This record gives sequence, structure tokens and C-alpha cells, in this order.
Amino acid sequence: MRTAIDRTFVGLTFVATLIILAMLGVIIGNVIFHGKDRLSLEFITTAPENGMTAGGIFPAIFGTALLVLLMSLAAVPFGVLVAIYFAEYSRRDSRLYRWTRMAVNNLAGVPSIVFGLFGLGFFIQTIGRGIDRGLYGGQLVYGQPSILWAAMTMAVLTLPVVIITVEEALRAVPQDYREASLALGATRLQTIVRVILPQAWGGVMTGAILAISRGAGEVAPVLFTGAAYFLPYLPTHANDQFMQLGYHVYVLATQSPNVEASKPILFSTVLVLLTLTFLLNVTAMLIRNRMRQWATR
Amino acid sequence: MKQEALTKDNFYTSSTPKSGKKADSKLRRRQFFDRLARGFIFTFALLAIGIIFLIFVYVAREALPLFLGTAEEASFASSFTAPFTWQPVSSVPRYNVIPLILGTFKVTLIALLIATPLALAAALYTAEFAPTWVREWIKPAIELLAGIPSVVLGFFVLVVMASWLQSTFGFHFRLNALTAGMGLSLAVIPIIYTVTEDALSAVPRHYREASLALGASAVQTARLVVFPAASPGIGAALILGFGRAIGETMIVLMVSGNAAILSLDPTVPARTLSATIAAELGEVVFGSGHYRMLFLLGTILFVITSVLNWAGDRYNRRLREKLFGPS
Repeated sequence: MRTAIDRTFVGLTFVATLIILAMLGVIIGNVIFHGKDRLSLEFITTAPENGMTAGGIFPAIFGTALLVLLMSLAAVPFGVLVAIYFAEYSRRDSRLYRWTRMAVNNLAGVPSIVFGLFGLGFFIQTIGRGIDRGLYGGQLVYGQPSILWAAMTMAVLTLPVVIITVEEALRAVPQDYREASLALGATRLQTIVRVILPQAWGGVMTGAILAISRGAGEVAPVLFTGAAYFLPYLPTHANDQFMQLGYHVYVLATQSPNVEASKPILFSTVLVLLTLTFLLNVTAMLIRNRMRQWATR
Repeated sequence: MKQEALTKDNFYTSSTPKSGKKADSKLRRRQFFDRLARGFIFTFALLAIGIIFLIFVYVAREALPLFLGTAEEASFASSFTAPFTWQPVSSVPRYNVIPLILGTFKVTLIALLIATPLALAAALYTAEFAPTWVREWIKPAIELLAGIPSVVLGFFVLVVMASWLQSTFGFHFRLNALTAGMGLSLAVIPIIYTVTEDALSAVPRHYREASLALGASAVQTARLVVFPAASPGIGAALILGFGRAIGETMIVLMVSGNAAILSLDPTVPARTLSATIAAELGEVVFGSGHYRMLFLLGTILFVITSVLNWAGDRYNRRLREKLFGPS
């Protein structure tokens, strides 16, 4: 009797797990099945044509790459510094520690669309307009949606990802290393720069990769801060608008002038985006596993 | 320079004095840079706090005229009182957030009703019953699910699932709150799963061993010992999942039908707070009443998710205290 109930219970939890994995499988399988035919080298190296019913998605890939590059330049150094504060400098009973921790946790939970509002209200309307007033005599240069402000907005959104990942890596460095370095007369700064950071390099990489994977796929924060529906040229200046893979998926799925004709392109675009995020995520997982093995050795 | 005694405060900066002026200045320079770096890093910790305040201030600031009564065509009071309609683009625009809040909670509730049993059961299976090698495959797989951009989930429900759901269940509307809730559950499952699994794994092994030694089966142990012990963590999982579902934008924007209907029926379209911002901010006149209303929606979202996040954190801390004693 007891074993029968037990088996049913385990069976039910197993079925729930299978349902979740099956949903993942169906999504991936479906996208690969419908997206693979249209996919070619040409598809990822040419621009959309004919009202997005033909051609490729190169501008969207280029825009996404540029976006995440600019984003990382801001988010990674900032995130690493805050992580160093958490792992190396903070005292757990201090007020600064509690407030910073709460702020970072809170930041991780802010909805992505609110980051979009923030980007518009802060970066574009306040900083951008301020620069225009100060340097360009009120002419509209930076006070409008652009790749720079989209990247900054995305950097704020991905900051907690970087902080949490890097902090974990810093904490995995054995305490002996710090003590040995300090005992040899190194200052704390020297210890961090020469001993701890080299050990935690994988963590910094993982943090950057996870942030990039997040930044490549998020759409809501760039809707009003710089992403464009379609652009005939590639962004070359900080105040240019840009096309983004995720936004392109949204546009093709909901606002395409000819939904049926752009469907194959839509599936292939999703396939490219999914492949990109999966590759990034798997790389991050592998680096992290490698790090954990080192830590336990 | 006299050698000072080593205390907790000067542990890092104190150093054995060296003879000679050169060594002394070198040491001072090192200590100067050390202090400089320390200040630099503390500044960035403060900046992290500053950002969260900036977000609130700059989003709420744009909505401020609504509270002061200086915005055109809209005010804070009229956005909560009858008539309950959201009609931003009409000759007499009406901005009432009640249908949007109702839509948000409707979709969120559906998503949680689907996601919670699945995610909790899967977490229980992974943490308590699965063989190690199976566990090592399930966890990364769910991490991959978590990594799928929400626009892709929205696309999948819109292009692949919606028509199928409509013909299977006979919905009158192809895009409705139920469809959106199902799509949204895909985004919420990984969160509830991960936080719950972490909580279950944090339960010390001796809890299980004691229970098994008393003759309980593995299932009884999981149900009656491990699950209750991890209950604050499971509370945190549900709260954080709730927060994620409320703020999620792209999925609901694409598949909820986006009609602000005051109805509890799950099979009619719904319009959520987040989707309203995403759909309307692009065409709004800067500084208009409509513009301010959208920032008010953002402020409401920010406040709700912040409170949920804070509550989730508290539950997680309570779990640690319960299992490992006060820290």
C-alpha cells in the first residue's frame, strides 16, 4: 500500500519534470524544423529586402553585437567593482553592505519595461538633452533614442547578472591565497589585482557571457531607447539607431506587412537568436563547471 | 617609524617598516594606492544603491504632474475611479488603470496556476528522487529554458500554439488571457523551479537521515520532512515567480490580445500594465497626459515588484535562519 502511493507520487513528480522538458523540446524542435531551410550564409550576411519578405538579417545581427559590446564595456567593469566590494571589502554587519545587497537584489527584480522607461526618462531626456544643450546649443544629437542609450539601459539591466556571477567566483578563491599574499607584505589592492582576480577570471568571463546572452534577447528595454523597425544603413555613430535580433523577431511576428510571406524568415531569425543565446549559456555553464571542479580540488 | 601592533583595523595596511628613505616612500605610495582603490570600490557600491533610487525617481518624476493635478486630461484620482475604461486614443481620452490591473492579475494568476504545480513537482523530483546523472541533465536543461528570450516564447505561443489552442479548446478569441497565461508560465517555471530546488537542496542531510532511520519512506521524508523544512524558500519561489510574471512584457504584449476589458472571464483578451506601456509609449506625445499615465503604470509596476522582491528576500533569509540558525 505504502509503496504503491510512494510510486505514484514519484511518478507524478517525474511526469511534471517530463512536461517541462517536453515543452523545451517542442520549442527547440519546432524552431529548428521550420527555421533550418531558410538558414544560409547568405541569410546572416545580407540585409532584409522587399518589406522583410526576402533577404537576410545581417543588420539585426550587427546591431545586436554592437549593442552587447557597448553594454559589456559599461556593465562588466561596474559589476566587477561591486562584486569586489561584496566579496573582499564588505562587512556583513555594516549598513552599506545591507543597503547595497538590497539594491542589487531589487535591481534584479525590476521589470524590463521599467528599465525602458528609465532609459527614456534618464539617459535620453536628462543626460542626452543635457549634452545637447551644453555642447550642441540645443540641437538634437544625443537627446534621442540611439544605440548608446540603449546599451546603457541594457547595462543597468544586466548589472546584477555580472555582480552575482563574479561575486560567486571571488568567494570561491580559497582564503589561504589572500592570507599568503598579505603575509608576504602585499597590500589588499595588490592581493586583489595580482592574486584573486587572476584566479576568478573564469567568473568574470561567465558574468560577461551571461549578461551578453541576456542583453541579446531582451526587447522591452530597447523599444524606446534606440531599436529601429528597419534601417537601410548600419549604425556607425553612438547616436545612430540600430536593429536588434529580438526586436526583429517581434516586428516580424506582429507588424510584418505580409505575415505569411515573412514567416520562414521569422522562424530562421528565431533559430539564429536561440542558437546564439544557447551557445552563450552553454559556454557559461561549461566555464562555471570547470571552475567548480577547480574549487573542490 | 615605529612598528604598530597588528589589530583588526590595520591588518591590511600595517606593514613591517623597512630601513631607508626609498623603501619608506615606496611603501607609502603603495598604501596610498591601496586606500585610493578602497575608496573607489566603495564609491561603486554606493553607485549601485544610487541606481535603484535613480530608476524610481526618473520613472516617478514623469508621473508626478498626475499627483499634483497639473497634467492635461488625466489625474491620479481619475485613474482609479469610474468609468473603468482605458481609451487613450479617442476624442475624449479616458485613462483608468483598473481594467489594466485586473488584466495583469488575471494573466499572472493563470500563469502561476499552471507554473506552480509543475515547477514544484519537478524541483521535488530533481532534489529528492532523481538519480544523480538525471539531475545533472535536468538542471542545465531548465537553465536553458530560463535563457530563452521572452520574445521567443511570445513568438512561439503566437505563431505555433495560439491557433492550436483555439481549435482544441474552442476559444472565441484566438488571443486571450488564458493563452497569455500559458505563455507566461513558460517564463515563470524556471524561476519557481530554481529557487525551490535551491531551498530543497539546502535542507541538511541529517534531516533526511533521521526521518529514514525512523522508518519513513523516501516519499514520506520528502513530503513530510524536507518540503516543510524548506517552506520559507518555497514561499520565496512563489513570490519571485509572481514578481517576474507581473513585469514580463513581450509575451503578454504578443499573445494577450491587448484589449482592456473589465472581465473576469479567462477566455477574453486582456491588457496588462507592462504591455500597455510597451504598446503605447512609442506613439505618445512627450509630456502629454497620456505620456504621464504610462509612467504612472511604470511606477506602479516598480513599486509592486520591489515589494515582492523584498518579501521574497525575507523569506529566503528566514529559510537560512530556520535551517542554519541566525547568522
